[in-house]
Amino acid sequence: MEYKDYYEIMGVKRDATQDEIKRAYRKLARKYHPDVSKESDAEARFKEVGEAYEVLKDPEKRAAYDQLGAQWQAGQDFRPPPDWDAGFEFSGGGYTAGGADHSAFFEELFGRGFAQQGATGGRRSFHMRGEDHHAKVLVDIEDSFSGATRSISLRVPEVTEDGHVTTRDRTLNVSIPKGIRPGQQIRLAGQGGPGFGGAEAGDLFLEVEFRDHPLYRVDGADIYLDLPVAPWEATLGANIKVPTPSGPVDLKIPADSNQGRKLRLSGRGLSGKKSGDMYVVLQVSLPPADSDVARKLYEQMKDQLGFNPRAAMEVV
Amino acid sequence: MSKKNQSIPAVELIDEQTTFTLVELCRACAVEAEFIEAMIEQGILEPTGRRGRHWCFPSSSLRRTRVTLHLQQDLGVNLAGAALALDLLERIEELNARVRAMGGHRK
Repeated sequence: MEYKDYYEIMGVKRDATQDEIKRAYRKLARKYHPDVSKESDAEARFKEVGEAYEVLKDPEKRAAYDQLGAQWQAGQDFRPPPDWDAGFEFSGGGYTAGGADHSAFFEELFGRGFAQQGATGGRRSFHMRGEDHHAKVLVDIEDSFSGATRSISLRVPEVTEDGHVTTRDRTLNVSIPKGIRPGQQIRLAGQGGPGFGGAEAGDLFLEVEFRDHPLYRVDGADIYLDLPVAPWEATLGANIKVPTPSGPVDLKIPADSNQGRKLRLSGRGLSGKKSGDMYVVLQVSLPPADSDVARKLYEQMKDQLGFNPRAAMEVV
Repeated sequence: MSKKNQSIPAVELIDEQTTFTLVELCRACAVEAEFIEAMIEQGILEPTGRRGRHWCFPSSSLRRTRVTLHLQQDLGVNLAGAALALDLLERIEELNARVRAMGGHRK
């Protein structure tokens, strides 16, 4: 088991006051809140900070944690000393109400969370529909075109017979509907929490996100592709094969096109009730002047074209 | 506990045309109707139709309700603050989408 340095996680000194710890927590919680933060590890950081705060905000737990000593390093293999918590009394029954997701380090020290039986068990009537669950699923642009089956793993909290909360890994095959767009949700009826007393199970809601694609960008139902072209293809016009998520298509580049010109492939975006379009954005790529021939050609252009790209700037 | 379903369960796409009733929204987010009404008062949710059973919530309501709940529980934000955060988050998303479309992700 790895030792966790809760002070380091919170970015506070070991002698920080309770107020300083509270302020540090609020700041970090805002920074890493999964609904607000765009950082990829936001959820993990948010949980880590939450766990650290749960210990440090509580003077009893903090004192017990401090007693382990300052000589431990984060990540170091850790075994709690015997009777490490002797003389400490953690008030309030379960130490971690509803906390099913703590690190092994935390659970070794402060125990596992107990299910809030008063809240869930007591109020439930004999028949009660299961809870609806929510999760995210990552798909590729191609999946939206052809439809796909994705296997996703979910961590499901479960209450064991003796009232503990644990998590169970569950794998589910999900068929991704054609034309799905980022941010849309899909509902899987009856795949949520189990019902009580023979009532039906809840639903599972999956919010769809797209994985970054090396070629395409998605904006709503539209797809964007940056297409490198040679200067003569842009200026003289050309017929070019371009990749699209549904296979390559021929694209006519009109003569006198310039850097950044957007060409639309109508209806080649994500499908749906109103199909999106695909936009090909021209990126003029210059051949390097790395040979005598190339240099000569560039010099010829310089001498004979009389081209001044800064004509509008009125500086000579 | 129901038996594990090995086959592929049926899915239902929730797109821009999908709407929820008050009961469905309450159930999907595990909240009381009073909470939904308070969110409507703050302008976080904007249902169409007559009040109560006839209310019709756009599909985005699901996400807005859940984010509001999270902000409240995790950060102690009140409803007015959540309304502001949601509007700002949506603006950021719009701007990000625009930057992406312009090719801003390229190095």
